[in-house]
Amino acid sequence: MEKSGSIDSLGSKQSSSRQPSVDSLSSTSTSRSDRSSHAAKPPLAVFSDNVSTSTEFSPELRGRTKAVVKVLRDANKEEPQLLPKEHVQDMAKDVTYICPYIGALRGTLTVTNYRLFFKCTDREPVFVLDLPLGVVSRVEKIGGASSRGEVSYGLVCKDIRNLRFAHKQMEDSLRKSIFEVLMKFAFPVSNGLPIFAFEYGQVYPENGWKVYDAQAEYKRQGLPNESWRITKVNDHYELCDTYPSTLVVPVNISDEELKRVAAFRAKGRIPVLSWIHPESQATVTRCSQPMVGVNGKRSKDDEKYLQAIMDANAQSHKLFIFDARPSVNAAANKMKGGGYESEDAYQNAELVFLDIHNIHVMRESLRKLKEVVYPNIEESHWLSNLESTHWLEHIKLILAGALRIADKVESGKTSVVVHCSDGWDRTAQLTSLAMLMLDGHYRTIRGFQVLLEKEWLSFGHRFQLFPAAFEFNEYFLVTTLDHLYSCLFGTFLCNSEQQRVKEEVPKKTVSLWAYINSQLEEFTNPLYVNYSNHVLFPVVSMRHLELWVGYYIRWNPRMRPQEPVHQRYKELLAKRAELQKRVEELQREVTNRSASSERAGSPTRSITPVQTFV
Amino acid sequence: MLSSLGSGGGKTAKPSFVSYVTPEEIKSEKEPYKKENQPDLLPGEVVFCSACPVLKYSQDDMSQRGVFGTLLCTNFRVSFVSDEVQVEETCKLFKNKLYGENDIPLACVDNIYGGYEDKKKLITGGLLKNKYPSKIIVHCKDLRVFQFSLTYSKEEDAKKIFQGIVHHCLEPKSLRCVYAFSYCENTTSPEMQRKERTMLFDCLEDWTQDMKRTKGNCRLVTENSSFELSQKLPQFFIVPLNVTDEDLVKFQGNGLPMWCWSHHSGCALFKTASLPLSQEDNVPQTYMEKMLTAVAHNHLYSVKTEDLSDTLPTIQDIQLSYNKFKQFFLIDNTTEFWMSDMKWFSSLENCGWLDMIRQCLLKAVEVVECLEKENTNVLIMEESGSDLCCVISSLVQLMLDPHYRTLLGFQSLVQKEWVAGGHAFLDRSNQLHLKEKVESQSPVFLLFLECVWQLHQQHGPAFQFSETYLTVLSDSVHVPVFATFLFNNDSHRANVLRAESPSSQRGPLNCPSVWDWSVQFDCRAQDLFTNPLYAQKTKQDRSQRKSHRPKHQRQLSLPSSAFKTPTKKGFFKDEADSLKKILGVKRISRWMLSPSSDFPPMSSIKEFYETWQAKPLDYHGMLLPCLDGPSIRVWMQRYLRWIHDVQILGGGPVAVLSKVSELLAEVQELRSELDRHARTVTSNHRGAIRTRAKTAPENLARSSVRLSSSFPFVTSRNWSFKPAIPTSMLQSLMMSEVAGDLASREDDGSEPETVV
Repeated sequence: MEKSGSIDSLGSKQSSSRQPSVDSLSSTSTSRSDRSSHAAKPPLAVFSDNVSTSTEFSPELRGRTKAVVKVLRDANKEEPQLLPKEHVQDMAKDVTYICPYIGALRGTLTVTNYRLFFKCTDREPVFVLDLPLGVVSRVEKIGGASSRGEVSYGLVCKDIRNLRFAHKQMEDSLRKSIFEVLMKFAFPVSNGLPIFAFEYGQVYPENGWKVYDAQAEYKRQGLPNESWRITKVNDHYELCDTYPSTLVVPVNISDEELKRVAAFRAKGRIPVLSWIHPESQATVTRCSQPMVGVNGKRSKDDEKYLQAIMDANAQSHKLFIFDARPSVNAAANKMKGGGYESEDAYQNAELVFLDIHNIHVMRESLRKLKEVVYPNIEESHWLSNLESTHWLEHIKLILAGALRIADKVESGKTSVVVHCSDGWDRTAQLTSLAMLMLDGHYRTIRGFQVLLEKEWLSFGHRFQLFPAAFEFNEYFLVTTLDHLYSCLFGTFLCNSEQQRVKEEVPKKTVSLWAYINSQLEEFTNPLYVNYSNHVLFPVVSMRHLELWVGYYIRWNPRMRPQEPVHQRYKELLAKRAELQKRVEELQREVTNRSASSERAGSPTRSITPVQTFV
Repeated sequence: MLSSLGSGGGKTAKPSFVSYVTPEEIKSEKEPYKKENQPDLLPGEVVFCSACPVLKYSQDDMSQRGVFGTLLCTNFRVSFVSDEVQVEETCKLFKNKLYGENDIPLACVDNIYGGYEDKKKLITGGLLKNKYPSKIIVHCKDLRVFQFSLTYSKEEDAKKIFQGIVHHCLEPKSLRCVYAFSYCENTTSPEMQRKERTMLFDCLEDWTQDMKRTKGNCRLVTENSSFELSQKLPQFFIVPLNVTDEDLVKFQGNGLPMWCWSHHSGCALFKTASLPLSQEDNVPQTYMEKMLTAVAHNHLYSVKTEDLSDTLPTIQDIQLSYNKFKQFFLIDNTTEFWMSDMKWFSSLENCGWLDMIRQCLLKAVEVVECLEKENTNVLIMEESGSDLCCVISSLVQLMLDPHYRTLLGFQSLVQKEWVAGGHAFLDRSNQLHLKEKVESQSPVFLLFLECVWQLHQQHGPAFQFSETYLTVLSDSVHVPVFATFLFNNDSHRANVLRAESPSSQRGPLNCPSVWDWSVQFDCRAQDLFTNPLYAQKTKQDRSQRKSHRPKHQRQLSLPSSAFKTPTKKGFFKDEADSLKKILGVKRISRWMLSPSSDFPPMSSIKEFYETWQAKPLDYHGMLLPCLDGPSIRVWMQRYLRWIHDVQILGGGPVAVLSKVSELLAEVQELRSELDRHARTVTSNHRGAIRTRAKTAPENLARSSVRLSSSFPFVTSRNWSFKPAIPTSMLQSLMMSEVAGDLASREDDGSEPETVV
């Protein structure tokens, strides 16, 4: 894999400072402690050489230029290595960061149009906090000025951290506090500023926007075929503005009929094919809830449509409709015009509720989880605290739902229709998970990127069950989640394909996959075995579900993650390669010698001693 | 040809113990064999009773399906011999030579339940005249669960086998009835190889060697080699130099500090049984004072004492907690399993087992800190001196001394601290079911193995042995063949073995040691005992370590005169206080000589851990466990291996380990190929290179692509590939707890949460 030279040079520079200490933990991508020498926070450093000009500083720094210049000459630079188009907006000395693990640290705080950067050089090793502003979900001013004339700010982050800073009140009351500057750039849209992803123009060897090509992905699945066709009816997002332009539907349903079905489905999200079993032709289709309402409205077109989905699979005369919601909620939706398919109206269809709660419940659960894991963990009540968040129960339910879908498709050879209310949160979780279980292709790095692009994203824990079945590693997932919030890449901007096209996201921003695919080795699971035709059935018992420590508890220095297995495996791989080489060399030598000894019978040369242990 | 008895063709059964089919129906459907089968009996094994046909319910689904066969009870085991030609569930390679998958060694039986119609009743021994249940449910100490139906065999046979099993498994018996003795009389166990062996600490040399290895400077006591001094004291032991002959016998070994291990700084760890406290006179106090002085003299006149019974659970607490804990894994049927899954975390927390593990590890870390950071001698004590003292002293040595993290080193450690250290294995297991010993039953050794497992899963590469090894060891405690776990102490062992010997000329009976693994497994199975992740020590490491050794850095070296006048400090002075009180105050957090300087223990331990953690990890140096909530986990392999619903097909830690060992084997192959090359080249033999590589030993992992997570204990071969789908969803349960209005709110249809 081709790597840009600047990334490498950065890696080596970083290795000196990335000693196993708390500071490396708290820097941006941060999740791994033992990848010391690799570029763990890659895009940050690419343009490291450009930093030393003071021209990039904003005029607001006028008063302190002298100090800044002096600092710049110093080897211990206090500001970050900037990305292309990243500019320092403000810088303040003598800011206190109240670290929940170390305590108060005094240092310099820098705010750019992309990140917050705090550095404390007073201690050994140097402490650095490097945070993309997109991660900040809220800035709170805590209390008034203290007796020491300090004001305190709290930054609530989407990656579960809460960061607390304090600094001296400005003597000049007209001058903006650095935190007001921070506010402005942390929430660019409400301040009329562009999102940084639209400015960042790093060029990678690969164009990540090419990773997902709907046509190519359907072709991989063998589509279109005699039962399924690709329709252009949504080319201009007229049928459904939240759907992509390329849709796969049953052959014998016309575009006109599709429009009538769309009228019966919430937000026009008709059932469309997500995945087809290569042998049985059983399919996974997704949609939104039917607009049944209190009166139990029916739609002949919708009924015909589902019948067509069932008929497209000759192996089974049944269709399973998985409604992700708890049945109570599904019923309650009738009051708002929604609802679920009645088994009277849909002959041969069986409706199953999967009891997965909505995003409000999930968000509340995640909030509780944050309380339990950050900053410190209460030792003796850890388990009951964890249980009280219900987080793992939600995950169990989602996994169990996906498992039932996968089981019906794989073992039952039956097609399934999956929906919730709108079909874009729980449905996406279920279909993408079921597809991960069913199709080994999605367990490769590129396949997973396709899956995310196609079905959108989900959680991470389940992978621990199958350490050798996924081509990507935990770091890949953490990086993906981190950049979900960082606003550095365009991948996760906007809500639908239509919006992304309108905003010209692919043209104006860089894709996360460009970055990842340009250094795949970092994200590859060395243990991966390509059992692409194997279906994975996870065990959805609480006994096996664990909190994703590598993501949720990564900020706690006591819970340093270790990857000895992966490292050991890589060492062994290297050893094997080395030995293979030596065997080959020796073989060549033997051949040569036999040739030469026939001529001259030269004495045997001494052989390098063979090592006896790893 | 599995006999399928379920009505409705294998539909999931209701959770009931009633068979849908009556014996008459069975007979009309198919004639079960009337022939009684016998297992291959071991030397000295005798069949007591048997019944046929008995139906053994299949484990994977608790439908009424199963296999017909003969149920027997011998002096070694309860055994079920199938009529069918069985596909061995345990993979051939990992077959235990002593007992198979359908055998339960008598000592391994934990509880027996009778299934009466639809009720399940615990059987507690005592003759149940004429009444026998239609179903026997056996819970084993290795967590297996067996269910046998007695309704198909003759009433007389059924009654006999039931009463026989209950009698031999649950009722009091004498030690001489334990199978080990018949076994030994009829076998000649091979002498264990002397080279590269486990040190048994039953001879002078082992003790000398261990003290020399750790550079300890204490007194090796040999006067008790035939128990002349005391039956309570071990044959050989080590005490501080200043302990006199007189001191040795004064209180039958109580209060006598026994050396465990010396730190490279010179300080050492000692353990002792607390002195009886109720004595009126002054003698024990003076004695204790003298002993403490002797310990302090070992190194720099410093000592910390710790009465483990002050902070750690009692053996009864341990037993109670484990009894609750194990119930989570003794699952009779699938419904029960998924029900218990709902409140899994809080039930786990409530039984307190993980917390006990945490407490033991924490205590060990405290002792490690004293030895490593303060370089103080440490004396740990408890009433018996051979329960939690053994747990803590062994853990301390595992954390500090990489030698004990090798396989032979670990076995030597168990011998030293537990077997020679006089842990009352017989009483703690109460495998003789003596009424008066019920109170002393407690899984203390298992608690220790649990702690080791925690260290192992946190720092895998530091250990030469594998998780499977630990699991097998925990099972072997209940195989009544090994002398290792059969006695209460050295003299008990010597006396019984001498007395049970068939003839005085042949010398004492020679029972095998558990460490002679060939008694249970062939050598290829034993390969699974080594950890493929073990980071073997390289020469470079060794040289680094030497230079790295810290010098004596103890600041506090008081003149001995100050120590000799402890009355000034009020130490052991106040005679109104009982010794217990005085000793109780002297917690580990206290300097013996400067009682004023207690340091805050928890914050100190935290700091100690964090300082250690901030340094690069050296697998051959000190190891400390992380004790934070998520780090203390359930030993999945041991507890979940038999439960079908939680087996991960093609996953779990096995998937990683098998890949690593596969690669390791390849590397070794290449190495030997290089060796052959080297020889070929030097001796000018040509050819013979390519052909050899192919004959490499068939790798276990390679032969079976998709192992289940319970490998090697169960192979997935006979299990269906159907996924286990939870039978009870938690929705209703959750709804009541989750804020109701959130659950009923609509997903943000019109205003989705956006990142931007």
